[in-house]
Amino acid sequence: MRSEWNDFVPGKWDREVNVRDFIQKNYTPYDGDESFLAGPTQNTKDLWNQVLDLQKKEREAGGVLDMDTKVVSTITSHGPGYLDKSKETIVGFQTDKPFKRSLQPYGGIRMAEKACADNGYEVDPEISEFFTTHRKTHNAGCFDAYNPEMRACRTSHIITGLPDAYGRGRIIGDYRRVALYGIDRLIEDKEEQKASTGRVMTDDVIRLREEISEQIVALKMMKTMAASYGCDISKPAANVQEAIQWTYFGYLCSVKEQNGAAMSLGRTSTFLDCYAQRDLKNGTFTEEQIQEFVDHFIMKLRCVKFARTPEYNQIFAGDPVWVTESLVGVCVDGFHMVTKMSFRYLHTLENLGAAPEPNLTVLWSTRLPQAWKKYCAKISITTSSIQYENDDLMRVVHGDDYGIACCVSSMVIGKEMQFFGARANLAKCLLYALNGGIDEKTKKQVGPKYRPVTGDVLDYDDVMEKFSDMIEWQADVYVNTLNIIHYMHDKYCYERAEMALHDRDVKRYFATGVAGLSIVADSLSAIKYAKVEVIRDEDGIITDFKTTGEFPKYGNDDDRVDDIAQMIVHKFMTAIRRHHTYRNGVPTTSILTITSNVTYGKATGNTPDGRRAGQPFAPGANPMHGRDTHGAVASLSSVSKLPFNDAQDGISNTFTIIPGALGKEDKVFAGDIDIDLNK
Amino acid sequence: MGINTSKNLYTRPKTAILNSNKDKRINCEMEAFMEGRIHSLESFGTVDGPGVRYVVFVQGCPMRCAYCHNPDTWEMNAGTPMSADEIIQNYKRNEAFYTNGGITVTGGEPLMQIDFLIELFGKCKEKGIHTCLDTSGIAFNPDNAPLMEKFDRLMPLTDLVMLDIKHIDPEKHEWLVKQPNKNILKFLAYLDEKKVDTWIRHVVVPGVTDDDTDLYNLGYFIGQFSCVKALDALPYHTMGRVKYEKLGLPYRLDGVEPMNQKDLLVKKEKILDGIKARRAELEK
Repeated sequence: MRSEWNDFVPGKWDREVNVRDFIQKNYTPYDGDESFLAGPTQNTKDLWNQVLDLQKKEREAGGVLDMDTKVVSTITSHGPGYLDKSKETIVGFQTDKPFKRSLQPYGGIRMAEKACADNGYEVDPEISEFFTTHRKTHNAGCFDAYNPEMRACRTSHIITGLPDAYGRGRIIGDYRRVALYGIDRLIEDKEEQKASTGRVMTDDVIRLREEISEQIVALKMMKTMAASYGCDISKPAANVQEAIQWTYFGYLCSVKEQNGAAMSLGRTSTFLDCYAQRDLKNGTFTEEQIQEFVDHFIMKLRCVKFARTPEYNQIFAGDPVWVTESLVGVCVDGFHMVTKMSFRYLHTLENLGAAPEPNLTVLWSTRLPQAWKKYCAKISITTSSIQYENDDLMRVVHGDDYGIACCVSSMVIGKEMQFFGARANLAKCLLYALNGGIDEKTKKQVGPKYRPVTGDVLDYDDVMEKFSDMIEWQADVYVNTLNIIHYMHDKYCYERAEMALHDRDVKRYFATGVAGLSIVADSLSAIKYAKVEVIRDEDGIITDFKTTGEFPKYGNDDDRVDDIAQMIVHKFMTAIRRHHTYRNGVPTTSILTITSNVTYGKATGNTPDGRRAGQPFAPGANPMHGRDTHGAVASLSSVSKLPFNDAQDGISNTFTIIPGALGKEDKVFAGDIDIDLNK
Repeated sequence: MGINTSKNLYTRPKTAILNSNKDKRINCEMEAFMEGRIHSLESFGTVDGPGVRYVVFVQGCPMRCAYCHNPDTWEMNAGTPMSADEIIQNYKRNEAFYTNGGITVTGGEPLMQIDFLIELFGKCKEKGIHTCLDTSGIAFNPDNAPLMEKFDRLMPLTDLVMLDIKHIDPEKHEWLVKQPNKNILKFLAYLDEKKVDTWIRHVVVPGVTDDDTDLYNLGYFIGQFSCVKALDALPYHTMGRVKYEKLGLPYRLDGVEPMNQKDLLVKKEKILDGIKARRAELEK
């Protein structure tokens, strides 16, 4: 074994690239509480104050402090950047200085130009010229191949948020590999992979060989980039500081080259704890030092930035990067994966204060130790900065080394990836079904000219039949549009850094998504259980509804309408599954419009559930605002009935509650009067 | 006076379907159909007893507490009829959420529907569900033998009573809630005798229920009962006000500020002082 691996338990991992095996053999579950944690060091406080100051200046400057307009960002395009070199224990920025946004035109030059222009900058004309005349972008490729129907659907927003003008994101490199193996070993592995491809040069084999070559180039560039910071990552990391640094370098390379809608980190804490435990035992570092490394690492993740347009920020309600880090969970053999490092990650929220990034996501299981659960609850209460996802549900599908990309998309780290694909607006699809494919806002024939509803009162069976047909059409145009997008993205904006940290043969999920589920469920419920009269405009198009009588609403644990919601998800997924998907991606869908529900609402007319035109959709799989009247458990139950098999890319429920509604403040109430009396 | 009032409540024709003076045979026959009149259901109750609880708000209350935040539960002859089985079914669907909790019945005044309560709690106990009764105690009447027989049946089915003592001073109590507190205080003695775990709740309203002597006296009174396991001092808030406007009811606490948490803790100490004093005396 290599000297960097001294004291680690050997296994398959020392002969093949297999991070999971390393973790399983070497991690130390921790059942204790948070009392061991160390506060921030003076250096940490100083550096964080610097970041806060930069954030303030950035806000004052209107949202962007500095943009690169001349240098196209690659792994090695920029020299090293620092906050304060003498104080940073973990180093590296996307460009040569913090808060300077990089120029990434491969997704689309027009988007890059607009992002600059909207923030008061101008892309170097030579670069614009180059990416218009000499080097095609992903965006240009998509529009070369789109057909008129796809363009119409895009414009009318029955399909929204298509990643055809920027990076698709949602791919997680196994950044831990950089730390565990060092780049040289990974290059060797990739060379072997390349040599192992088939001899008959079909399209697939040619593409694979070209991609692996690109990956090897990226790996070599990673070494160069790290060397500019004085780090030799050709070899494995020898201690926890290096392990964090190497892992971060891997991630940093991906955000230097891709400005994807979600650039997630993976599942690093339990892995890194193996190093921390070893160093603590050997006296290499103290707890305070290790916490400082973690604080500085998290601080760097909080500084990841991309050049975005105001429209983009509107869709995503801000400027999120979705640096999602998945914490803990339970192994397939039943042991929990809580380590001291998991505590240290959450503790950054105390040492540095609350923040939305990185998106710390706890893979929750009933089997997690009580002390960890309590600490999570405590940090959630004080910072509102933790996301929770159901490990007991996802472990069945993905095992125990998966991570979350973006907010809910689960994938096995280094072995699975996804083609991210926007959302189908189901509420609008329902309106198309009623109007025979005519858009209720533009009055244009966007969908197929099916028979519209002719009566004045909506009949459930009639509407369902028409809606089913329209869903089939929507799924068809949607999947085909995504096929083009992902073909072009692979061709013109390939994620070589992230894919270099994957196995040769990855499982690709073909991720679709839906928006407006609760609106459709409630609308169909209204049609079924109340009386819905249609109101037509002067052109005979149904633009409004008059609903009389009561009807069950999604979000109250009422099977009459919850069954409808489940049925719609199943129907949509079935329609998606019928289609050919690019690179034989495994089709999935998600119900997770956490932020874009406002924009979708604006693009959608009145709906039979009583929602007015322009009003926001409920986020994700949430019930419509204010319609869940039986409390949180009933509301959550309605959501939890949605079939995960048909929405494997994730189901999200945005849940807000005032602290007082979660229980008594501990000082005001103590369940045992003796405690009060003995004070 | 208290006795009569309470008795009147039980012979009011409007509440006939829930009244107490039917003979046992009829009651048995009725049980199969018995329904409670329900105001609303809350599937995620975190402040009405231990753990996460399924909370049943029953309709109807004879009290007219000036600070009541649910005046829409006062009306006796209203509510949605529901059977005990229906409620338990709803609970069972999401049982996983309630592992450390159970069912709480509040209102309205649950004891106004004591027959239904006996049925519901009886079925809960068969299924091992923790039962909690959140009550003002106003329906208690030791002089009504048939009613007492029902209380005697209910108590073994009740794991926890949260008794809301609105005011220790009889006159102030009468002003505050339009009912006397004599039987309410007797109810606590009865709970002690039956050894039913009890949490005392008390809403602290600035200038109305926050007099230090009254608070001390309240503590001194409840300090004699070993069934009292916890004290829950609740801060007065004005969130219920808007309901009065909607219902066209006058709001008697106009201009009274909400209770802040810091002062609340000070006031709670007064009650605890009373409890301590009484317990010290009893230990002698």
